[in-house]
Amino acid sequence: MEIDGEEPDRRDFLTLAAGTFVAVGGAISLWPFIDQMNIDAGARSLASIEVDIAPISVGQAITVLWRNKPVFIRHRTKEEIEKALAVDVKDLPDDSARNEGLPSSALATDENRTKPGHENWLIMVGICTHLGCIPKGQTLGDKQGDFDGWFCPCHGSHYDTAGRIRKGPAPRNLEVPIYEFITDTKIKLG
Amino acid sequence: MAAHESTYEPKSRFAKWMDDRLPIGRMVHDQFVDFPTPRNLNYLWTFGSILTFFLMAQILTGIVLAMHYQASAADAFDSIERIRRDVNYGWLLRPLHAVGASMFFLAAYIHIFRGLYYGSYKAPREILWIIGVLIFVAMMATAFLGYSLPWGQMSFWAVTVITNLFSSLDDLISGLGTTVVQWLWGGYSVTGVTLTRFYSLHYLLPFVIAGLVGMHIWALHVVGQNNPTGLELKTKSDAVPMHPYAISKDAVGMFVFLIVFLWFVFFLPDYLGHSDNYVPANPMVTPPHIVPEWYFLPYYAILRAIPSKLLGVIAMFSSIGILFFLPWLDTSLVRSAKYRPLYKWFFWLFVFTCVALGYLGSKPAEGAYIFWARVFTIYYFAHFLIVLPVLGLIEKPKKLPGSITEDVLGPEGTAAAAAAGKRG
Repeated sequence: MEIDGEEPDRRDFLTLAAGTFVAVGGAISLWPFIDQMNIDAGARSLASIEVDIAPISVGQAITVLWRNKPVFIRHRTKEEIEKALAVDVKDLPDDSARNEGLPSSALATDENRTKPGHENWLIMVGICTHLGCIPKGQTLGDKQGDFDGWFCPCHGSHYDTAGRIRKGPAPRNLEVPIYEFITDTKIKLG
Repeated sequence: MAAHESTYEPKSRFAKWMDDRLPIGRMVHDQFVDFPTPRNLNYLWTFGSILTFFLMAQILTGIVLAMHYQASAADAFDSIERIRRDVNYGWLLRPLHAVGASMFFLAAYIHIFRGLYYGSYKAPREILWIIGVLIFVAMMATAFLGYSLPWGQMSFWAVTVITNLFSSLDDLISGLGTTVVQWLWGGYSVTGVTLTRFYSLHYLLPFVIAGLVGMHIWALHVVGQNNPTGLELKTKSDAVPMHPYAISKDAVGMFVFLIVFLWFVFFLPDYLGHSDNYVPANPMVTPPHIVPEWYFLPYYAILRAIPSKLLGVIAMFSSIGILFFLPWLDTSLVRSAKYRPLYKWFFWLFVFTCVALGYLGSKPAEGAYIFWARVFTIYYFAHFLIVLPVLGLIEKPKKLPGSITEDVLGPEGTAAAAAAGKRG
């Protein structure tokens, strides 16, 4: 395009402007083809559900499907809570609470993994933070791992009674989703 | 080599008319009939043709299976069963495609290791080699996408685990991995939406491979074939025309390979698969032991050998990416391992490493299995990064024969061949 040594003229400007226009326009028109793969409006609208937790007695756990992901709801026993409280956050592989309802700087204490006044309820997304398998430990007779919480059979990650990673390849604690207690026996996920 | 003079003579008036407009007959004649091939090629050189055949066979069986398959979470599993039980010849077509994928990889691995043994990646064949690695990557993507389609437990959880590899990007930039993974899934997790898009891409990629294969063959016909001596074609007597010599040899290799392939298709159609894939996909239950198909096991072993998620993913992708740099990592000027007394041993050690990693990838990730997976992962990378560069500097190669003809006929035969060439 360069006309050697001459001053840029109208033609140079037009060539440059047209080229830029085509490049930017071409790049923008790619976006619909990329964005069509993102989560659609139908899936987004199903983003919150209510769960009745009254039937779950102490020591029991259920798994509900939310956003197509399994959510673990565990009614913890006194011993399980005490065990979780006894851990020093500094000793954890991941010291972040991973609680969507709290700022990301929150530490992974047992209080930060639950709701105040409802510490007996542990609610979290039941997807191993390693490669997305579903850890064992929800039903009676499941292997619960070395820390009596959950154990992922895929690549051997152990989670404790607060769903925090303790051993194995998973990098993060199990994620606590956004939820609230509507009543003492009913929660809203999402 | 490729720049050999065209010997094509159009026989009919139509052929002559065509030759002046689109010289496709000339191209076929010069590249696939009269093309000079080294006279000493062994049966390992028949795998190029075998692979071309498998690509075409996979596309053909795939197109007809697509006429019966339904890519939705509700119907996919059942439609595969319908193909096997109800569709006419579905019992044959489905194993041809599924076992065909396994055999495609077996042939590709033999082809790749042949290239490694005889130094087929060295100048001037770097681009030829790199296109080959690209084909291999595209093959792996196609196979992974195709494996998701039966929508059994292994399909579902393989998709979950492999797409989750990208979530390790969260360790680099917070949220990046989640964004990428949800974009791939089209949801908050793997669903039927994911299946449908994987089906679309599974149909697309084989044609990308076909395009790459075209370039692979083009590059091959520019630089000419390597051969067991690793020497270039020097005289006319070093080569024979592709037809009938190389073609008939390819046919023999192909028939033997087809016997193995069809033996699996007819007698062991499910042997190479996993029985858990006959359980419909269930997003609430992970099978106790997830394993990929056999041809991915070595990479899976590397992934699991590394205790950090992000580094494991990086190591796994690097184990293939490193192949792109092989032409420059190997510093030896001699191509063929036949004349490289030390490299020969390391080559077989590398083969053993790959097989061992494959075995370890099929075992649970614990105890001694993890330990050995780490040892072999280290050697896998050391082979490329330490052994190959250093070996080229310290190894004393054996004496190379003067030419391909001399290697085949000995010095006297060479003289006779040269004399015959002069007379002829």
